[in-house]
Amino acid sequence: MRFISVIAIKEIRTYFASPMAYVVSAAFLAITGFFFVASVSDAFAEASIRGYLAGAIFFMIFMSPALTMRLLAEEQKLGTLELLLTSPLREFEIVFGKFIAAFAMTLIMIILSLYFVLVLFVYGDPDIGPLLSGLLGLSMYACATLAVGLFASSLSSNQIVGLVVGSGILTALTIIDFVSARLSGIASEVLNAFQLGASFSVFDLDSFGVAEGGHFADFARGIISVTDIAYYISITAVFLLLTVLVLEARRWR
Amino acid sequence: MIKIEHMSKSYGPYPAVIDVSFEVLKGEIVGFLGPNGAGKTTTMRVVTGFTPPTEGEVTVGGYDVVSHSLEVRRHIGYLPETVPLYLDMTVNDYLTYMGEIRGMNASWVQERLPKVIDMVKLGEYRNTLVGRLSKGYRQRTGIAQAILHEPDVLVMDEPTIGIDPIQVVETRELISNLGEEHTMLLSSHILPEVSAICKRVLVINDGRIVADDKPDDLSEKLQHAERIEISVRGAEAPEFINSMREISSVIDARSDLRASVVQRSEREDFSPFIVDAKPNVQASEQIAKSIIENGWGLTNLTPLPMTLEEIFLELTTEENLDE
Repeated sequence: MRFISVIAIKEIRTYFASPMAYVVSAAFLAITGFFFVASVSDAFAEASIRGYLAGAIFFMIFMSPALTMRLLAEEQKLGTLELLLTSPLREFEIVFGKFIAAFAMTLIMIILSLYFVLVLFVYGDPDIGPLLSGLLGLSMYACATLAVGLFASSLSSNQIVGLVVGSGILTALTIIDFVSARLSGIASEVLNAFQLGASFSVFDLDSFGVAEGGHFADFARGIISVTDIAYYISITAVFLLLTVLVLEARRWR
Repeated sequence: MIKIEHMSKSYGPYPAVIDVSFEVLKGEIVGFLGPNGAGKTTTMRVVTGFTPPTEGEVTVGGYDVVSHSLEVRRHIGYLPETVPLYLDMTVNDYLTYMGEIRGMNASWVQERLPKVIDMVKLGEYRNTLVGRLSKGYRQRTGIAQAILHEPDVLVMDEPTIGIDPIQVVETRELISNLGEEHTMLLSSHILPEVSAICKRVLVINDGRIVADDKPDDLSEKLQHAERIEISVRGAEAPEFINSMREISSVIDARSDLRASVVQRSEREDFSPFIVDAKPNVQASEQIAKSIIENGWGLTNLTPLPMTLEEIFLELTTEENLDE
């Protein structure tokens, strides 16, 4: 446990020492703000964070891999991975420490964006249920996307490769409903079960980029379902495990 | 302290180290000598637990590097060939972090850090970003991280590569001093460096250990010829070479092609030569006498140590003769 926190604290400090944290936060606030405004500026708009959530999960497809791309690629480039792997650390402690750092950064951004909620309470009367379930869903969605990004970062010493592979996997999981819609029967259902949650129809004012059949739709509506939670936890666990395996495999090469 | 028995390591189908066995006793400083690609780094990576051996058994302080990897790593300080540094951290932060990763608690780090910084003379740079340090100071930071957690065994891969000559001397001194308290395995491809620091040398070539000896004995055994660098004033090259060849103890003489163009053009009257002579027959004396008799000015006469490449040439040709 101590090693995990040592690594997490170091990575969080590195985030703030580089422009990365500030640039990504600014972009996150700008984009989610845009969607939030678009969703509540209607004359008969409902007082909800649906627009904000949609913007956030859409942007995280690119933001999460951008936050994690440095974490393991740079260790390999600088050769410091050799130091980590010859220190009395286990691979999962390295991976978990870095994951926690990236998640902490995302949480900070989410907390910064909570002034949208304040705005809702000042000018309207929002439903607290969907608000809380939406934020819970957003945190779990963030975990899953960060785990995918971290895995992509472990693959090579090139950060850009990490970004492209990470966003690629997340995009594939996002547009999977385009494919499943054109299939029928079990194949369609199985594929649809992997729908990550966002949709590329972000400018559609009805859906606002939350995929109807995806795992985020219920969270946005105020429903917390075990299937959705299990899905995000599984994606997170599987990709963190894969990351650990990639690091372990590095020893055997 | 380090015990390697019949260790082999292959990367896929390519063998990097083949059936290597040796032991480093407690308090011993062993130099690991070999050309690039000989298997030095691979052997060190196995010893430090970075990569497991394909075959054979390796133990450090009695712990197996595969089954008790964490124990091994706790007892080792390692300086890899490319000094692994986080360029955006200060020296102090970097070393603190490395200490914590090695399992030191905060009070131990606080007590130990100033001592280590003094030892490697990084005092004035403790709050400088590592990325702003010169190569030599980065090397010191690397050494500091290796000794910070007071490891029993120090493994250093090419600790003086790529730093300027003055810093090389200082780094060597630092390493020699460290050798008084640690068991040390140090790799290099420069023989004089190893002779200066180590009491025992292992020569590795093509993944196999080809010699295991004291450094003096090693060069003596291999030195069939004594090589002398000579500069004379007022001598024409052919004339000088002929006069050298007349001396009975001289095997061959030639112009020194290593001398730089600048040196030649700036000081035309000095011609550098290389003379190979039979060992142990006081050839230098006879050469000096001959130069003076010819009325030339002797400005330099230096016996040259053999370079590792030459030792290798010797080792491999001898092996071929045996076959």
